[in-house]
Amino acid sequence: MSIDHVSCIENQLLNRRTLLRGGAASLALWSYMPRAAIAGTRDPRLLTVILRGGLDGLSLAAPVGDPDYVRLRQLIALPKPGEAGGGLALDSLFALNPNMPFLHSLYGKREALVVHAVHTPYRERSHFDGQDVLESGLAGPGKIDHGWLNRALANMPAQGKANSKGLSLGPIVPLVMRGKAEVLSWIPKVYNLPLRDSTVARLMDLYSHTDTGLAKALSNGIDMIKVADASAAMAVGVAPLTAPVAAPVATAGTSARGLNPNQFREFTEAAEMAAKFMKPADGPRIGALSYNGWDTHANEGVLQGALGNRLIGLDAAIQTLHDGLGTEAWKDTVVVIVTEFGRTARVNGTAGTDHGSATCALLVGGAVKGGRVLADWPGLADANLYENRDLKPTTDLRAMLKGVLRDHLGIPDGALGTTIFPDSAGVKGVAGLVA
Amino acid sequence: MSTRMAMIALRRFGLGARPGDIAKVGNDARGYVLASFDRRSEILLDDPDLEPSYVTFSAAMVAQQQQRLARLISRERVLDAAQTAISTNSRIDNTERRAAAKAQRPLTEMEQKAVVQPPMQKAGRIRVENFVDEATVRFRHQAATDAAFPERLAMFWSNHFCVMARGPVRGIAGAYEREAIRPHVLGRFADMLKAVEQHPAMLIYLDNQVSFGPNSQAGKNQKKGLNENLGREILELHTLGVDGGYSQTDVTNFARIITGWTVANLNTPGVAAGKFFYHAARHEPGAWTVLGKNYPDRGMQTGLDCLEDFARHPATARHIARKLASHFVADDPPSSLVAKLEKTFRDTDGNLAEVTRALVTADEAWVPEAKKLLPPVDLVIALARSLVHKTGASEMLRLSNQLGQPLWQPTSPKGFPDDDDGWTNPSALNERLRIAEQVARMLDKSADPRQLAEAVLGPDMHPETRQAIARAETREQGIELLIMSPDFQRR
Repeated sequence: MSIDHVSCIENQLLNRRTLLRGGAASLALWSYMPRAAIAGTRDPRLLTVILRGGLDGLSLAAPVGDPDYVRLRQLIALPKPGEAGGGLALDSLFALNPNMPFLHSLYGKREALVVHAVHTPYRERSHFDGQDVLESGLAGPGKIDHGWLNRALANMPAQGKANSKGLSLGPIVPLVMRGKAEVLSWIPKVYNLPLRDSTVARLMDLYSHTDTGLAKALSNGIDMIKVADASAAMAVGVAPLTAPVAAPVATAGTSARGLNPNQFREFTEAAEMAAKFMKPADGPRIGALSYNGWDTHANEGVLQGALGNRLIGLDAAIQTLHDGLGTEAWKDTVVVIVTEFGRTARVNGTAGTDHGSATCALLVGGAVKGGRVLADWPGLADANLYENRDLKPTTDLRAMLKGVLRDHLGIPDGALGTTIFPDSAGVKGVAGLVA
Repeated sequence: MSTRMAMIALRRFGLGARPGDIAKVGNDARGYVLASFDRRSEILLDDPDLEPSYVTFSAAMVAQQQQRLARLISRERVLDAAQTAISTNSRIDNTERRAAAKAQRPLTEMEQKAVVQPPMQKAGRIRVENFVDEATVRFRHQAATDAAFPERLAMFWSNHFCVMARGPVRGIAGAYEREAIRPHVLGRFADMLKAVEQHPAMLIYLDNQVSFGPNSQAGKNQKKGLNENLGREILELHTLGVDGGYSQTDVTNFARIITGWTVANLNTPGVAAGKFFYHAARHEPGAWTVLGKNYPDRGMQTGLDCLEDFARHPATARHIARKLASHFVADDPPSSLVAKLEKTFRDTDGNLAEVTRALVTADEAWVPEAKKLLPPVDLVIALARSLVHKTGASEMLRLSNQLGQPLWQPTSPKGFPDDDDGWTNPSALNERLRIAEQVARMLDKSADPRQLAEAVLGPDMHPETRQAIARAETREQGIELLIMSPDFQRR
C-alpha cells in the first residue's frame, strides 16, 4: 500500500513538473508574440468531457412529454415537472434530471444546449469500439492513435492563440486528445473510485460463475477496499503539496444540498484544475477529461443511486468550471459533454438499462447559444426504435462537433470533413450552436 | 483441444504466455515441455555481473571488520579524552578506566591501515547490491526465457530449500540458488541436497556454523554445545517430511554428526572466507544412530553418508512426490499422480529428470481445469511476459514485495505458501487488484483487452471471462478484468 502510494505521488509530481516546465517555456515565448492579434474577437476555449460507459440520455434529459416514455421506462421513468421528484422543465417535451439544478440555471441563461437523439456513426454496442469511434473521429472502429480534438488543435488558425498545447486532466490522456499536437497532462490525486466499485462488482460476478475460492476471498475483501478508499478520499485536502486548493463554491454547492463534497471530488477536482489552467491569458485553450461509471445495467437509480449520484457530480463539475473560469473566460468557453452510446429505451429486468444507441449530448458555456433542446425527435413508439430496442439516432454527433469546431474555433469546413473527421464530407456542421 | 494443451504447457508448466507463444508450442504440448529439459544450462544464469557467494561474503566481512575497527578507534579517541579527565574527575567507573588503559597500547598494523585508508564500502551496502544484482538477472531471465519449465523447477526447489536473505545471507541468497540448486534441478536429488546443506547460506541461515559438538575440542574449550536447527529442518522439511517417521533422538544424533560443518572466516587458514569449511575441532566424536542405522565417525563424510541415506528414504520419495504434484497440479493432487512420482523417485534413486518427466507425461497433470493460484512472484513474471514488456527488474521486485512475496525472504524455513489459503486472504487479493489497476494504467493505451485476452489466455478461456472483458466499461477496466480473471490468476 505505502509503496504503491509513494509511486503514485511521484507520478503526479512528475506530471505536474512536466506541466509547469512546459508552461514556463511557453510563457517566455509568448511574451514576444503580439497579444490578441485580432483585437476584440473571442479567445475561445473548448473543453471536451467524455462520459465513459454509455450515458442514459433518456434519464438526463427525459422526454417526459413522449406518450411512450413511461410505458418503456416504468419504475425508472423520471416524473414530470411539478410531480414529486419531478424533472426541471426544458420545453414541452423534455425535462432535465432534477439532480442538475446548476445546469438548469445555465439553461435558463441560454448558456446550455441539449442535443438529443444524437449518436456517432457507430452502431454496435461495445464500449471500447464505441469510445474509439467517439474519440478517433473515424467513421467506424479502427486502430488509430490520435483523436479529433488533437487534430482540431493542430488545425486551429495560428493567430491570437494562447498556449498552443492541449490539456489533459486525468490519469491517462484520452484518445480524443492524443496525437501530434503536444499535450500537457495533469493527474488528479483522487483514485477513480466508481471505476474501482464497478470493477469489483464485475469481478464478483465473474468469480461467482467461475471460481468459488476467489469469489469468497473477494467478497471478504470488499469491505476492506471500501475502508481503504474512504480514508484515501478523506486524505484529499489535507496533504499540503499535492492536493490543489479546494473549490469553495462547488463544495458549498454540494454540501448545501446535504451531500458529502468528498464524494464528488472525483468530478470537481478535474474541473477545478481545468478551469485553473484554461483561465489565464497564457493558458492552454483546448482540453479534455473523462468521467467513468455510466454503465448502469442494474439498479440505475435515476434520482437516488448510481446514475443520480453521477449526475450530481457532473452538475458540480459544471459549476466548478463556471466558477473557476470566471466571467471573462466563461463567456469564451464551450464545454462539450459526450458519451459513446446511449442505453436501451426499455428498462431491463434489473431496474437498469443495457447498451443502446442514440442518447443526448450537452453544450455548456458562455459562448453557447443555449436555452433549447435541439432534436429531430424520432419518438419512442416501438416502431420508431432502432432495432426495436434503442432510441433511434437522428443527428450525427459529428455534425454537432463540426459546428462547434467551425464556429467556435474557426476551423474550415475542408479540414473538418477530411483530416479531423475523415470521410464525413456528407455530414454538415450544425450552424448556430455558438453565440 | 491443442490450444488448450498449449496453454497448459505455457502456464501450468511455464511462466505465462506471451502473444505468439501458442503457435510456438504447436500440437505436441508435452513434447514442447520435455524439449525444454535440453535447455537446462540456460537456468544457470551465467552472468558476468554476478560473483560467487564466497567473494561477496568475504568482501562484506572485510568491510565489516574495517567498520568495527573504525568504530573502535573513534571510541579510543573519546576514551583518551576521558582519561585526561580522570586526573580532575574520579567518577569514571572501572570499566571505562580499564578500557582507557587498553587504549594506551599502540595501534596494530591493521588498525593503522583502517585509519589511513579511505573508508571502504560498508558491508550492508555490498550485500544489498549483490542481492539486487542477483534479483535483476533472475527476473530478466524469467521475463524473457523460452525455456520456462526448467526455470519453474529452479523456483520450486529454491522455495523447497529456502534461505532467508537477511544479514550475511542477504548478499549470497541469489548465489546460493545458482550454486547449490540450479545445477541440480534435473540431476540427482541427493546431489542437490548435499550442495544445499553444505552451502554457507544454509549453514548460516539454520545456525549450523554456531553448532559445537559438546565433547569436541572446541566445544569443551569454549563450553559451547549443539544447535539442532539445521539437523531438524533437513529431516522435517528437506527430506523425510514432518510425518516421515523420525524421532527426537534421530534429530539430535544427526545434529551431532554434522557439527563442524561451518563457514570459513577471514582467519581460517587455507580456505577462502565464505566457503564451506569442515571445522574438525568442533566435530562431535563418536558413532551415532540415525533412523536405525549406526554411523561410525568418518568426520565430515558421516554427514554426507546420512544425506545419501535420507535421499533414498521412502518417506523422502513420498514427501517430494506430493510436494511436486501439489505445486504443479492442485493443492490436493490426485493420489495416482503422487504414486507415479513417488515410484519413479524410488526406482531411479531420486533422479529428478526422471521424476520430472513422469510429472510431465502423466495425464493427471494435464487436466483442463486450472487449479493453482499464481504466487505473487509468478504473477509478476506473468505480467511482465504477457502485458508489460518493459517492466524493469526493480519494478518486479517492488511488485513482489507489495503482493507479499519478497524475493528470497520467506518468514520461515518452510518457505512461501504454495496453496490457495496462503495467497487468497482478503488483503492479498486487494493488493492484486491494486496492481492490476497500476498495470492497466501503464499499458499501451491502444492495447485492445479483447485481443490481448485471446493472445495470453488463449481461445479456451472461460466464456464468462471473455464476456466480462468485452463488456468492460473502459479499456483500463478490460485489462484489470483480464489480469484478475481466474484464467490469468490460475494455471
